Amino acid sequence: MTLVMLERLGRRVSEGPSGLAGDQAGEDGGVGAEHAQATRTAAEHAQANGIAAARTGPILSLRQAAKAFGAVHALVDGSIDLYPGEAHGLVGENGAGKSTLVKILGGVYQPDAGDLVIDDEPVTFAGPGSARAAGVAIIYQEPTLFPDLSVAENIFMGRQPVRAARRIDRGAMNREAVAIFAQLGVALDPGRPARGLSVADQQIVEIAKALSLEARVLVMDEPTAALTNVEVDRLFNVMAALRRRGTAVLFISHRLDEVFASCQRVTIMRDGRFVLTAPADELDVDTMIRAMIGRELGAMFHKTEVTPGEVVLNVEHLERENVFYDISFAVRRGEIVALAGLVGAGRTEVARAVFGIDRRTAGSVHLLGKPLPNGQPSAAMAAGVAFVPEDRRQQGLVMDMGIDDNVALASLARLRKGGLIFRSAERKLAVTWAKRLQLRYGWIHSAVATLSGGNQQKVVLGKWLARQPALLIIDEPTRGIDVGTKAEVHRILDGLAADGVAVLMISSELPEVLGVADRILVLHEGRMAAEFDRADVTADKIMRAATGQAVKDAA
Amino acid sequence: MTARAALTAPRLASILRAREAGTAVLVLVVFAAATLKDHNFANASSVQQLLTGASLIALLGVGETLVIVTRNVDLSVGSVLGLCAFVVGNLFRHQHIPVWSGFVIAVALGAAIGAVNGLITTVARVPSLVVTLAMLYIVRGVDAKLVSGSIVVPSQVPSAFAAVGYRTVLGIPWLAIIVAVVVAAVAYAMRSFRSGRELYAIGSNPEAATLAGIPSGRRVFMAFVASGALAGLGGALFLALFAQVDNSAGIGYELNVIAAVVVGGVAIFGGSGTVVGAALGALLLNTIQQALVAVRSSSFWSEAIAGALLLAAIAFDRWLALRVARGLRSAEGAHRDLPVASARGSSP
Repeated sequence: MTLVMLERLGRRVSEGPSGLAGDQAGEDGGVGAEHAQATRTAAEHAQANGIAAARTGPILSLRQAAKAFGAVHALVDGSIDLYPGEAHGLVGENGAGKSTLVKILGGVYQPDAGDLVIDDEPVTFAGPGSARAAGVAIIYQEPTLFPDLSVAENIFMGRQPVRAARRIDRGAMNREAVAIFAQLGVALDPGRPARGLSVADQQIVEIAKALSLEARVLVMDEPTAALTNVEVDRLFNVMAALRRRGTAVLFISHRLDEVFASCQRVTIMRDGRFVLTAPADELDVDTMIRAMIGRELGAMFHKTEVTPGEVVLNVEHLERENVFYDISFAVRRGEIVALAGLVGAGRTEVARAVFGIDRRTAGSVHLLGKPLPNGQPSAAMAAGVAFVPEDRRQQGLVMDMGIDDNVALASLARLRKGGLIFRSAERKLAVTWAKRLQLRYGWIHSAVATLSGGNQQKVVLGKWLARQPALLIIDEPTRGIDVGTKAEVHRILDGLAADGVAVLMISSELPEVLGVADRILVLHEGRMAAEFDRADVTADKIMRAATGQAVKDAA
Repeated sequence: MTARAALTAPRLASILRAREAGTAVLVLVVFAAATLKDHNFANASSVQQLLTGASLIALLGVGETLVIVTRNVDLSVGSVLGLCAFVVGNLFRHQHIPVWSGFVIAVALGAAIGAVNGLITTVARVPSLVVTLAMLYIVRGVDAKLVSGSIVVPSQVPSAFAAVGYRTVLGIPWLAIIVAVVVAAVAYAMRSFRSGRELYAIGSNPEAATLAGIPSGRRVFMAFVASGALAGLGGALFLALFAQVDNSAGIGYELNVIAAVVVGGVAIFGGSGTVVGAALGALLLNTIQQALVAVRSSSFWSEAIAGALLLAAIAFDRWLALRVARGLRSAEGAHRDLPVASARGSSP
């Protein structure tokens, strides 16, 4: 036992400035038991190459945890084993159940079924406090700081260092905070309020909070989303230092390269279920993506051949001063036309002017041969144009209203009978479209806020498709949607075109443009740079046109 | 780096204190202006009157601050003060209870009503605005029924009890001393104990407070109990001060209290502000009121000025918050990303 203590001490000294501050073995609750085991496994320990871990079994394991919210099964089989001294990657699409699993580990949710085992003892967490007491620290996706309180208080809230009579020792608190920041390689002022910190700095404070807990299990739910490369590298260094100390790290990220760079083992989840756990060096990106989406990548786009019919939308010399100039194009029945280009090239602005949200300063827009008046979205809607905006939370949905209300919202005039709207008619309409769009929902009247991003997008689509438009304008149809639902949205667009709807799609994702569109219009700085047919387009050609290198050479 | 922290900590503290200092300066400015106009304003009895008049609102403001900091509000404090004042007066009249027990009973009764507020707010999760508004009317109704015309008059209040209302030490009214002691004690507790800091955390970000393992329900409950208890104490002091209670005692106090608290720099949506600020806010409003009397202005102006001050305080806080946030953000790049030797170790 003494040997182990000495060894720990020695290591801490040898680590010098990178040693984790406050690493006081005496304060660690489970020290006694850990040491007893440490002596037993001393040989293994030495082999473990500087990893302070004494245990060989998992510190924490979650087995077949399930959690449902109403009729939505967020987690069906959440299983994971976290070993000391190991960084464990957890990957899966949006909605695969990762965040639910994290919240179960953090004591925020109580699982409906399954076992949580820590140090071979089954445990139940009554709340976040008991998870923390058991040595589990969580860094959530969204920073959870107190803007009015100082940075140091944010780190130590609820467990501030105290002196006589349990009074808070501010000096000690600030010193400890500074020590942790030094370890992280940043110099945040511990006395400043958290209000006004950049997202990256907020994340740093969250990490400092987790470090100060001296946690044995550290869970990081997409901590790198807001960080720059330098900060990500620094985080990886901290992770490595923690692993040397014997901490088990669970690392969740959408960036697969980060998972490969920092983790020894990877668990993949899909649709709320455990799929597989494997050593990171036995996996490659393709295998991982296949396991995440449950199918081959090549199957993502499938295109129905449609012979385009009559011209639905005809745009001639459209101009909005200082935004875009001389835009002419047509969209036929059964055709998907993509507006491609860099952000700021004027794609969304063109669509808005076509629909009439913004006024055009020159040019004309004809729908099925009839002119559309300038600046009147309601006239465009009446004529058969549907517009699905990019920001569905702000512009596409009433988040607190039910799925049925949202779907019916754009069709109320049609549903009206004698001046009244009947709920049954609304519901029927909504159920019809929910089925066609394969919407995954609990109840048809539950608020759309409870749906995942992809399913929300389907509700917006359903709302506009319920009007049976001749032309559908859709801005970034799959932004913020996970891979699986993306493919469904693509299939829906394909099906619409096959049914004779004209689709004008704005997209920043080249694979989507290449896979879905029949024709591609590329805008560059407010002007039409190129037009391509599906047959002879490549990603390279689009990028050249979008960056202004090949103006008009393909038209 | 420790030295750096030591340097920066007081600077931040001074920013935070500036809000209270500003209120104090404003008190002095109003006082000086009124004195220039009417020299009697600065004499001892006038100052005593200033302090006495502000005391009750300041005392209730302490409890109100505890509640508002957690993103709640207690509208029942005026009614509780009225009820406790009458109940204690009535006991003196009929039961001849000892003088000290008058304070104990008032505090206990107030705390009990606060506990009901707190329970409904935290257990049934009813917004405290609704709960305490209902309590305002319930307590007022009970008070009216109890009084039913038989008001407590000075002859029925023991003189030892009434003495608390008019005695002075070195020219300072007992009342003001009692309130100052309460303010100081609560201010210290709010600053230096975990539970005090947790009240701020709850108001600053309720969700984060839960994630930090703070027992939010218990803390908010205790804030309501404290607010009720202090309103009860206020009732006893009201009785001592005026020696006369009818069913109108404390009517409208809740709004005066909230005005004082907000003017004193307590954010109405929780998370920041101090009881010292709240007490100074009460003193400022009372000083303005007295000053207007001194310059023989209509009492209408007093209320209009209080209202304008309220708006000014809120606008100022908003402006300050934006400015601080912007200032801190622009200063950011400068103090981050030190080249650090500890960024060693390798990711596999």
